[in-house]
Amino acid sequence: MGVGIEVKDLNAWFGKAQVLKEINIKVGANAVTAVIGPSGCGKSTFIRCLNRMHETIPEARLTGSVQVGDMDVYRPGIVPADVRRRIGMVFQKPNPFPTMSIYDNVSAGLRLNGYNKRRELDAAVEHSLRMAALWDEVKDVLKKKSGSSLSGGQQQRLCIARALAVQPELILMDEPCSALDPISTGKIEELIFQLKAQYTVVIVTHNMQQAARVADHTGFFLMGKLIEYDKTEKLFTAPTDKRTEDYITGRFG
Amino acid sequence: MRSRFQHGLDELKERLLEMGGMAEAAIELAAESYRKRDGRLAQQVFEREKMINQSERNIDEMAVDLLAMQQPMATDLRFVLAVLKINADLERVGDLAVNIAQRSLDLAEEPEIDVPVDIARMTTAVSTMVRRALESFLSGKGDVAQAVLEMDSIVDRMKDEAFINLVAQMKSDPEKVRQYLDVLLITRSLERIADHATNIAEDVIFWVSGADVRHNARYSQGPDPDAPRRQ
Repeated sequence: MGVGIEVKDLNAWFGKAQVLKEINIKVGANAVTAVIGPSGCGKSTFIRCLNRMHETIPEARLTGSVQVGDMDVYRPGIVPADVRRRIGMVFQKPNPFPTMSIYDNVSAGLRLNGYNKRRELDAAVEHSLRMAALWDEVKDVLKKKSGSSLSGGQQQRLCIARALAVQPELILMDEPCSALDPISTGKIEELIFQLKAQYTVVIVTHNMQQAARVADHTGFFLMGKLIEYDKTEKLFTAPTDKRTEDYITGRFG
Repeated sequence: MRSRFQHGLDELKERLLEMGGMAEAAIELAAESYRKRDGRLAQQVFEREKMINQSERNIDEMAVDLLAMQQPMATDLRFVLAVLKINADLERVGDLAVNIAQRSLDLAEEPEIDVPVDIARMTTAVSTMVRRALESFLSGKGDVAQAVLEMDSIVDRMKDEAFINLVAQMKSDPEKVRQYLDVLLITRSLERIADHATNIAEDVIFWVSGADVRHNARYSQGPDPDAPRRQ
């Protein structure tokens, strides 16, 4: 099952440049939350702080706390790799392991975590591909075709299956449809909607219509600050803050 | 700033205000055709109504195009939704003006009666409501729209009084029931026009504040977090 997120007093920097300022937010479990805002507003940094990806960049640092379910993400002693196993991530550009088969792409994470029994791996691969709505399209070529031989939309669903295989509690998506055509985008959006029955999903998107279609709650970021966070229908029909209004109506700047 | 989109919104507002002007004129002409029992004025109402119908189609098309191609959000979305609803209300105002003109034509063919209702006063109240509702749309002022809502009960009372007086006249002068019935239908049309003005005012409040004040909910200026919203 998905878990809730609680972020307190989160500040993040790249060198001396502060990119997130005093972010406080609670995200409900088993819901889809969209993060919107103009380029450079800190939305991608925000989700990268949730699974300790931010610190992988040289000169990047942060203060504050992130609680994901029962896990204090920045507790001293916690292993970042464990955090990333419990919090899956899907990126803008599909990034399957190019030389691995479809089967190996999905099972790679499990193998790294010590699963080697063939029957368990087979079951996990099938389950993950079914969850990602890709099973019917690839079930006959699982070990014959490489991940990179699939179409862009299929590759992105493969990456989602790969993230699901290790049974995360939270899935982060950073503009997962920006490189996809409308049909593939529709499939991913349908998938996001179905995933929330079992997972908590946070999605960064530039596409406000996409946020409106898939998210239960939406947060608007501007210049490193969380300006407004509300139910999606409220934010897109009657936002409270004028800056949100100006951004979503295209009057920004 | 999306200039093409803004131009589309401005154009939509202008077209709707033009249509509002036609609807106002149709009410005035219909009232005048009643007062003077003038068939030519009634004919002008019928012609206005055709123009109003054409405007309704044009405005609907423009609004649907904006929704499909510009995907408006927040206040812009509420504006386009309000325009679609006000458009339908103004078209009904045109129909009701036609009803009044038709009744006036009927009355012109019958022997005159002593009308126990101040139709002129009722028409003034109704026209004022329509004009104020359109002014609130022009200016985007919720308080002007709220004032329209408060006028509706005055027109309702006028219609109730007219009903009582006309029914009494029908009983005491049954030979002229047909004429009294025509006058009753005119008062009913006027009262319905007032209802459409009320709808327009409610839609303006929805546009400017996001608040749903239909069915006697109150509008308070400034964002009210507890105000119900339309879905």
